Amino acid sequence: MPEARSITYAEAIREALDDAMASDESVFLMGEDIGVYGGAFGVTTGLLQKYGADRVRDTPISEIGIVGIAVGAALVGMRPVAEMQFSDFTANAMDQLCNQAAKLHFMYGGKAQVPMVLRAPTGSGTGAAAQHSQSIESWLANVPGLKIVMPSNAADAKGLLTAAIADPNPVVFLEHKLLYKTKGEVEVGSYSGGLGSAVVTHEGRDVSIVCWSAMVHKALAAAGSLKDQGIDAEVIDVRTLRPLDRSTIVGSVSKTGRLLVVHESPLTGGFGGEIAATVTESDAFDFLEAPVKRVAGLETPIPSNPELEKGVVPQEEDIVKAAVEILAG
Amino acid sequence: MTAEVLYVIGDGAGVPDNDVPEGLSNKDLVALYRRLVLLRTFDERAVALQRQGRIGTYALYWGEEGTQAGPLYACDDRDWLFPSYRQNAIGVLRGVAPSTVLAWWRGYGGRHGFWNPREHRTAPICVPIATHLPHAVGLAWAAKIRREPVASIAWFGDGATSEGDWHEAMNFASVFKVATVFFCVNNQWAISTPFSKQTATETISEKAAAYAMPGVRVDGFDPLACYAATSQALERGRNGGGPTLIEAFCYRLGAHGTADDPKLYRDESEAQRWRTLEPVNRMASYLLRLGVLDDDDLQSIGAEAKKTIAQAVHEMEAIAQPGREILFDHVYASGRPWSFDEGLAELQGTDRPPAVKPLAPQPGPSTGDAEAPAGT
Ligand SMILES: Cc1ncc(C[n+]2csc(CCOP(=O)(O)OP(=O)(O)O)c2C)c(N)n1
Ligand SMILES: [Mg+2]
Repeated sequence: MPEARSITYAEAIREALDDAMASDESVFLMGEDIGVYGGAFGVTTGLLQKYGADRVRDTPISEIGIVGIAVGAALVGMRPVAEMQFSDFTANAMDQLCNQAAKLHFMYGGKAQVPMVLRAPTGSGTGAAAQHSQSIESWLANVPGLKIVMPSNAADAKGLLTAAIADPNPVVFLEHKLLYKTKGEVEVGSYSGGLGSAVVTHEGRDVSIVCWSAMVHKALAAAGSLKDQGIDAEVIDVRTLRPLDRSTIVGSVSKTGRLLVVHESPLTGGFGGEIAATVTESDAFDFLEAPVKRVAGLETPIPSNPELEKGVVPQEEDIVKAAVEILAG
Repeated sequence: MTAEVLYVIGDGAGVPDNDVPEGLSNKDLVALYRRLVLLRTFDERAVALQRQGRIGTYALYWGEEGTQAGPLYACDDRDWLFPSYRQNAIGVLRGVAPSTVLAWWRGYGGRHGFWNPREHRTAPICVPIATHLPHAVGLAWAAKIRREPVASIAWFGDGATSEGDWHEAMNFASVFKVATVFFCVNNQWAISTPFSKQTATETISEKAAAYAMPGVRVDGFDPLACYAATSQALERGRNGGGPTLIEAFCYRLGAHGTADDPKLYRDESEAQRWRTLEPVNRMASYLLRLGVLDDDDLQSIGAEAKKTIAQAVHEMEAIAQPGREILFDHVYASGRPWSFDEGLAELQGTDRPPAVKPLAPQPGPSTGDAEAPAGT
């Protein structure tokens, strides 16, 4: 067993960046205030001092430029890791991401590649209001050519980011702000993995709770409370929304016969619909013992009021309640 | 080719005062000074409230009072203001209750933290960078179509000039020849990014040439210079001359926001030097020099502002925590789609947060600080 120790999600991401930069000259970072400042959430702290300003590049406030320039550099074999200060500002750069990065390999007839990563802090919970708190995964999930990764813990964050940087495709790497300070056991040294695979984080027989990012923690807590009520929940961390690991999800639901999907972004058009459809289209359909359920964000922008903010995204109690309802039939 | 930095107020020593801008009486000078003091008092109090956990993360504007009160004094009541977070309290000078602005920072939006933009001709505080600039142009364009004598003025930082929204707004304004004043507060910092890493030009004002509009550079710590440049720009705009870019050259004297610590990335002795030029004392000394005010007047103007803001804090804290029922009120302008009613019914059926739990005063810095976003 390689040595491991407890570090935060933010530190794990930094380690993956550090390892990639140390082993591959073509990796460089670009973003607003990522240098001395270390980024709005301190993720890149110290990397400027270690790798210099050419490889840890503070940019003007130009999201279109950041993504577009990463695309251009990637076309000649660099491996840019660009950062949006908040995932909401991906919207500013949507053309470069969805029409350019995602399409160029296809439009060049497979003769060019765009091996870039776009990292962005995402999600609510910091009182940052409607334009700085969204969960944007489903905006992007409908774009072939992109990969979308949303790690829930430090160890996955490190392995997934390493894999994302090595991947020959544009990968959007969404980091939940509330996870940055959460700790987990992380192996020393570089490792890569998890891209395209979901993982069962808690085994159970009665209901499959499928979720990702910060919601995994709420689902695990809910699984604990459900246990006290005699319900044995299985928790699946999707980790990668695109490509989606259908078989792990379908396998779990075939076993439990019940599906509950949980996500932070609003219900309508959310990625939960995709998972529900995937299951009902699959062989797992024959095993379903209850209608599929989704617990998701409310159909409203995130309010800045800290108390109201908690009220618009799923909480442990909501997950427990939904699971109990599913089991009640 | 650094453009000249226009100023009115000298330093009372080697640098002589220039003429009082045309159209300003002594009474106007005093009125303008009162506004500077009110803005300063609001800002200082808001920072203290944030430290005590009574409002959320706050974007202070210490030293930038003259870039707000000055241009505003040149505006007509019909003109529209488009502030960024840095001009968050400018609506107060247009009759918005200061408690409303404080409630906004407290997160007690809903029904209390917003003013009616049409009533005060002041757009909501804009936090995403440069996104309000096309709005200011659209508004002036609409006024032009309707033949209304309405101009718009939008405030933004040096960093905002790097955004596509800025360039597109500048270009449209010039092509459509609308009465928009682009008021750039060049405080030389965008969070940790210095001006030299933001743009390769030496000034912001020279960028106006690319859009065939005039570019003016003024001392941003001189309220009267800000006033004079805006006054000329508005007159030109109203006469069909199109937009103007004004660069108010100054320095960000404080942190980017209450969650920021500038010591991490800049030399505080530089900030210290610029602090001696700050506009409130500078205007006070100027008025004393002119004999328009005496020390007692300064004292009473300060006391009056303190009283106004103390009252506002009181009013802000009397505002009840909004309930969950407001969550769906303003998602759509007309009615609520069915899914909202369902969502609401579901909310009302659960006993989970948010319960009514106001932010309590806390000793020491707010614990939310470390996680609070740099983007205010
Ligand atoms: C589109 C967008 N990108 C990034 C940010 C994050 N952000 C908030 S304030 C800021 C710096 C702005 O600097 P400047 O325009 O000079 O204004 P100042 O803060 O100095 O008033 C940045 C990058 C944002 N709010 N919106
Ligand atoms: Mg600035």
